[in-house]
Amino acid sequence: MKTKAILQNYLFILPAVLIFFIFYIYPFYKVFTLSLCQWDGISQFNLSKNFIGLGNFIELLQDRVWWGAMLHAGYITLIALTFQNALALLLAIACDRDIKGGNIYRVIFYLPPVLSEVVVGLVWKWIYDGNYGLLNHWLASMGFSNLVTDWLSNPNTALTAVAIIHCWKGFGWGFIIFLAGLQTIPRQLYETARVDGASGWQVFKCVTIPLMVPVFILVFILTVLGTMQVFVLILSMTNGGPGYHTEVPVTRILASMVDSSRFGYACGQGIMFGAVLLAISFVQIKLSKYMKQA
Amino acid sequence: MKESAKYKLEELLKNGMMHIFLIIVSIGCLFPLLWMAGSSLKTQQTIFSDMSIFPKNPVWGNFYTAWTRGGFGTYFLNSLFYTVTAVFGIAIISSLAAFAFSRLKFPGKDMLFYMFLGAMMIPLPGSFVPLYVLMTRLHLINTRLGYILCMINVGLSFSIYLLKTFFDKMPSELEDAARIDGCSRLGIWWNVALPLAKPAIAVIVIFSSLNVWNEYILSTLIFSSKGLMPLQRGLMIFQGTHITEYPLLMAGMTITTVPMILVYLLMQRHIIKGITAGAIVG
Repeated sequence: MKTKAILQNYLFILPAVLIFFIFYIYPFYKVFTLSLCQWDGISQFNLSKNFIGLGNFIELLQDRVWWGAMLHAGYITLIALTFQNALALLLAIACDRDIKGGNIYRVIFYLPPVLSEVVVGLVWKWIYDGNYGLLNHWLASMGFSNLVTDWLSNPNTALTAVAIIHCWKGFGWGFIIFLAGLQTIPRQLYETARVDGASGWQVFKCVTIPLMVPVFILVFILTVLGTMQVFVLILSMTNGGPGYHTEVPVTRILASMVDSSRFGYACGQGIMFGAVLLAISFVQIKLSKYMKQA
Repeated sequence: MKESAKYKLEELLKNGMMHIFLIIVSIGCLFPLLWMAGSSLKTQQTIFSDMSIFPKNPVWGNFYTAWTRGGFGTYFLNSLFYTVTAVFGIAIISSLAAFAFSRLKFPGKDMLFYMFLGAMMIPLPGSFVPLYVLMTRLHLINTRLGYILCMINVGLSFSIYLLKTFFDKMPSELEDAARIDGCSRLGIWWNVALPLAKPAIAVIVIFSSLNVWNEYILSTLIFSSKGLMPLQRGLMIFQGTHITEYPLLMAGMTITTVPMILVYLLMQRHIIKGITAGAIVG
């Protein structure tokens, strides 16, 4: 009876565990074997024949395009961390006071994150368009004709143009988290500080910021992990171009797989990318522990 | 007296500045969407010269053309089908599992639960290749079933976590009463736990719907037949093959976006709850 009951209990998690093992764990395990092989994905796979050892990783270490892509993702992440999060925090502080229409603003700011990356990418591609885009039309009509350029085809502007749209799509998310954090701070703390004669800026510096540290850390970590993995926006706006100027790690993985049919190399890239993300998370967790103590 | 008047003026000025700032950002959020909707009403001839947001003579026929000739009708129905089935699957499978993780006893429970949690840390793009190979081997490539199973898998971890924390906080008296009345465990899940978990299920349903509707890359890896593709994939194919037909592309994008905006506006409270919960897991 007891064993029967336990077996019945397993039935509850069986569908979840089955799907999880087939579509998550198995591919995750397989990626390590495949990364040591050279395989085009079509021919019969034979481990002893396709095995090439660490060849993929050695090539990857010298792959300039790959590390360039990593730098591009880092650049977008840097812009998201500063520009996007600063905007999100400012808006959250503004909406945290009991202002009229606060809820309407909240609904509007969270609209871009709800949209699909494909739609966002294609709308902005049309606005950025060099010949018929709205941005150039406005610049020209306001007398800034010297600034007019083909934003997404110009190697100097393409990456920043994409990064700005990434922030446009993402700031509403940070705003919601910051606002949720701000609203957990008891109002009495502000009042007490005010009564004690603290100025607005002092209250912000000595009450708000210290209490918000855990939220800052959370947003910081999630922004970095999320932005490093950006790619659908890039596929829809520039597809990595011009040249390799807007390539990011995930678009490189897809290119190895779909364009050049180098399945083993793509797996190597996947592992290298996972390792970089893991290292970043590790540093961030160490850093946040240190900050919480301070 | 003077002091308080000065204070009031200062407050008014501060509030005014704040609203100006908030309104500017709001316009920045909404404008691209208006531009998209407006462009979908222009003709192929005027779209490159007419820079007004809404054209004087809107061409509503673009939507009909996009729906039929552009293929967005098929894509739309596919997206709808995938969203409904995958979300239904996620809700049922994750609530069964979360119920077991929260209420039932079996060996290896904690380990399995932490595995689901840990999976949220693994970046999916890393294992695209083996996933693709696996789907081919299982003859699930270019099938609706294959795509739906993948989408269920993507949504499971977060849903199980959210529901388990919800079940953990729920008092167990009602379940105990049901058990004494001779209700089976499956009966308790269906008759007691699920109805009580409605708020959490709502968060999962809305959140997963947005995820499945907006998903792009798995549909690219799995589908090669146009007849099976969802909207996001359809949009990319359309813009690749009809590079200059902007009015139709914008109409297709409006068709893609409007249902999600409606869902969002109706359910925004639940969505915001989901974001906050999701961030705490991550």
